[in-house]
Amino acid sequence: MELLVKDLAVQRGGLTVLEGVSFSLAAGQALVLRGANGIGKTTLLRTIAGLQPKAAGELNVPPETLAYASHADGLKATLSVQENLRFWASVYGTDLVEDALQAMNLTALRNRWAGSLSAGQKRRLGLARLMVSGRAIWLLDEPTVSLDAASVALFAGVVQGHLAQGGAALMATHIDLGLAQAETLDLTPYRATAATIRRTDAFQEAFL
Amino acid sequence: MSALLFRDLRLAFRAGGGFGLGLAFFLLVAVLVPLGVGPEPTTLAKIAPGILWVGALLACLLSLDRIFALDFEDGSLDLLATSPLPMEGAVAVKALAHWLVTGLPLTLLAPVLGLLLNLPAESYLWLILSLLAGTPALSMIGAFGAALTVGIKRGGLLLSLLVLPLYVPTLIFGAEVIKRGASGADAVTPLALLVAITAVSGALLPFAAAAAIRVNLR
Repeated sequence: MELLVKDLAVQRGGLTVLEGVSFSLAAGQALVLRGANGIGKTTLLRTIAGLQPKAAGELNVPPETLAYASHADGLKATLSVQENLRFWASVYGTDLVEDALQAMNLTALRNRWAGSLSAGQKRRLGLARLMVSGRAIWLLDEPTVSLDAASVALFAGVVQGHLAQGGAALMATHIDLGLAQAETLDLTPYRATAATIRRTDAFQEAFL
Repeated sequence: MSALLFRDLRLAFRAGGGFGLGLAFFLLVAVLVPLGVGPEPTTLAKIAPGILWVGALLACLLSLDRIFALDFEDGSLDLLATSPLPMEGAVAVKALAHWLVTGLPLTLLAPVLGLLLNLPAESYLWLILSLLAGTPALSMIGAFGAALTVGIKRGGLLLSLLVLPLYVPTLIFGAEVIKRGASGADAVTPLALLVAITAVSGALLPFAAAAAIRVNLR
């Protein structure tokens, strides 16, 4: 289980935003993506998650090891906390619902409708979904948005535990989670310049 | 797969799930048409098959944009696309859930509304058979249209324009089954064609819809 990225270029809306990105992520490692708004952190994560095609370069990762958590938590407002997690547990074929509820401090809220949770509680449920997936490599897009300090610490502990069990995490975040083994990758040097931006041909563009 | 089916069914029956929408619309059409056309039993009997099929089709159309739009908005479509479920299977399951929530109840309600429209007694069997054979195609074609328009805000108009022409063959053969059944002519041919439409759309459209969703998620 390893994520290997070499000379990767990613596109958003038909324009290359990042190019020449290279890094590797092995079991037990965490990598934090940094960079200004709009530099392409989300695009990079979505490309690695397989939601959009890469523009160039190499991307080596077994897709069945990835779990992606986007800005949106993908919760159903009219399902309870427990039902939301159970659904994802059966999609991924795991039975980690109770563990995840406990780890993200959601046990007391298990029968509440997801729609009636606060923003931070929703986020915690969204992160609990990651745990339920049982996947090794977590791709996290701004995981700490709307979390309070206590919940950030809780989440940092969960990520720590995941790494200790041989997992890995790739995250775009502005907050320091205080992970000892986390390395930082600043994306600024990889920003595509006007000279190197590849325009997609007209046929491809029709599908963007 | 079954988890997705049960989730969609559960969502449909919960508050705001839109379960009764199509049924209520179908009921309204069948109740209002005799008031508009007049209570002449022979006229009603003549137009009943067409009205019932048009009503069922439009009722189906009402809830199409919900198939993927809700999942797209709250981000679960992204998560489904990265989950181990194959997108083709997810599309087929969501179309099935749509049929169980709209097409099947419409089929079961239709005989009661046939009574309101003075449908001849010998047509009831054909009414149920034609709806049972045809409405799955409506859901599947509709899911394809919804997949093409996912991500477009208020894409309902575009969706209707895309889907209506594709619904025409189903409508023609569906109403034809009942008409022929009532007059004692051979109704098996249009019924077979109806089944063929359902079978072909069920076999091919999940792939087309999954491809459309992947493109729309980029």
